[in-house]
Amino acid sequence: MSSISDFIGVSARKNVEDAIAKARESESFNAVLSLSEARALERADQVDRGEITGSLAGVPFIAKDNFLTLGGTTTAASKILENFEAPLQSTAIEKLEAEGAICIGKANLDAFAHGGSTENSAFGVTKNAIDQERVAGGSSGGSAVAVALGIVPFTLGTDTGGSIRQPASFNGVVGVKPTYGTVSRYGVVAMASSTDTIGVLATNTHDAIVVMDIISGRDTKDATTLPDFFSPVSIEGTKKIGVISEAMTDDVDPEVKKATESYIEKLRAAGHTVEEVSLSLLKYALAIYYIVVPAEISSNLGRYDGVRYGRRADASTLNELYGASRDQGFVDENKRRIMIGSYVLSSGFFDAYYLQAQRARTLLINEFNALFESYDVLLTPVAPTPAFKIGENTSDPIKMYLADVMTVPASLAGLPAISVPAGFTEAGLPVGVQLIGKRRDDALLLALAESMEQQV
Amino acid sequence: MTQISDSDVQHLAQLSNLQLADDEVTSLRTDLENIIGYIQQLDELDTSGVEPTYQVTDLQNVWRNDVVDNYGIEKAALLQLAPATEADQIKVPKVL
Repeated sequence: MSSISDFIGVSARKNVEDAIAKARESESFNAVLSLSEARALERADQVDRGEITGSLAGVPFIAKDNFLTLGGTTTAASKILENFEAPLQSTAIEKLEAEGAICIGKANLDAFAHGGSTENSAFGVTKNAIDQERVAGGSSGGSAVAVALGIVPFTLGTDTGGSIRQPASFNGVVGVKPTYGTVSRYGVVAMASSTDTIGVLATNTHDAIVVMDIISGRDTKDATTLPDFFSPVSIEGTKKIGVISEAMTDDVDPEVKKATESYIEKLRAAGHTVEEVSLSLLKYALAIYYIVVPAEISSNLGRYDGVRYGRRADASTLNELYGASRDQGFVDENKRRIMIGSYVLSSGFFDAYYLQAQRARTLLINEFNALFESYDVLLTPVAPTPAFKIGENTSDPIKMYLADVMTVPASLAGLPAISVPAGFTEAGLPVGVQLIGKRRDDALLLALAESMEQQV
Repeated sequence: MTQISDSDVQHLAQLSNLQLADDEVTSLRTDLENIIGYIQQLDELDTSGVEPTYQVTDLQNVWRNDVVDNYGIEKAALLQLAPATEADQIKVPKVL
């Protein structure tokens, strides 16, 4: 794996050529869907001529293919956007380009970011960087594998319920899901607007901090963004860390527990106080999530109808055109989520499902708030298992959803949460731990993780 | 456990603007039944008197000036994305 500093002060053209060559050599992983070679090389030459400058001048990166970018397609790994060429770039990409970074291509994902394994991509599954028979995790699977394979030092991802953290954990890299509202979502394909966040995957926490510092901040094009609060900090004194006991039950893979416990021991050795705490509503978080999020998906995906952009099916009436374009353009998981959303929002069911879920969400947030009165940081494994086998969970959507059980609570509450490597199973599969913080404590989480990285 | 029939699936598909193929209906019926069965566990929670949470930004009333901004994108570039156009407008088949 590579870090940002390896790419600074050297030939930008060589950086880009090397990264593109590496992406091509790694084709069997199916992590990268497209390369924007011409535009990337043009920008590299501008960097080398001194026409583009900045703190990341000449550093190549890859964005998940749900970020709108110039110089190639933006597909969201779906058939309906298969040939879509965006007329604009997302704010996060613009901010990185303003610092001289170079987007070389787009990473694979579950179509419209619906999934936890990147098996729902319309363009084929992404394979785990360590074991090609296993999943990359998802939905930012391509982003995680591209970092783990050393194609680029960092990638951008989106995290609605764990889509950065879980693939980061499955591939042994750092993944950051910031506080809701930290990074502008302008120009990013929307999934569930009340929990969608944009974050970074990198080989180390230092690089993640560098990128977060650049992409965070208020954007007038996204009214949900917070005034810029992200600023790197250092750890002062020792912290109080709560390990959520409901996330360490016998349902969790023993090797995942072992790696988590070894990380806890390291925290203790560094002088931090670590205690067991209870988040009793953890077991309901997934049910809340799979009501709220499909409801928002059914609304957000209404725009893909084959009329103004994207693939249009042959049809003789407008209604047929909508129905057929959507049926052909979406994968099964998209359809399941849209229809569940229609179900929980339909009259007669709204109170029982959607309203009940949003009330339960308040109770979950209250429980988090109470814990944060006594603790600085909460800790869980990122996922109950290491990367599972390709095809193992595809026939059972509920089983697949359970991979998100540890990560959805922070999403529903809008809290920052990061995934950091904690060790390996005996078979060599990476295991990650999740650190969850108070709102706007993103930099503290990263500083704590960085101090632990130096301990290893 | 809520039972979902094939016609329920077709009704949800209609609400969702999805024209499903026949073989999709059966597999979706099983999946939807299982998912709805799973999310029904929220019935166990007493939420009476609890305010719902619809957003987690802590922000209120984010204002902007009421001025037209095309965000740097011209009409022609957007029209170019449409599968069919005529006379500067997006063309669709007959409505009825």
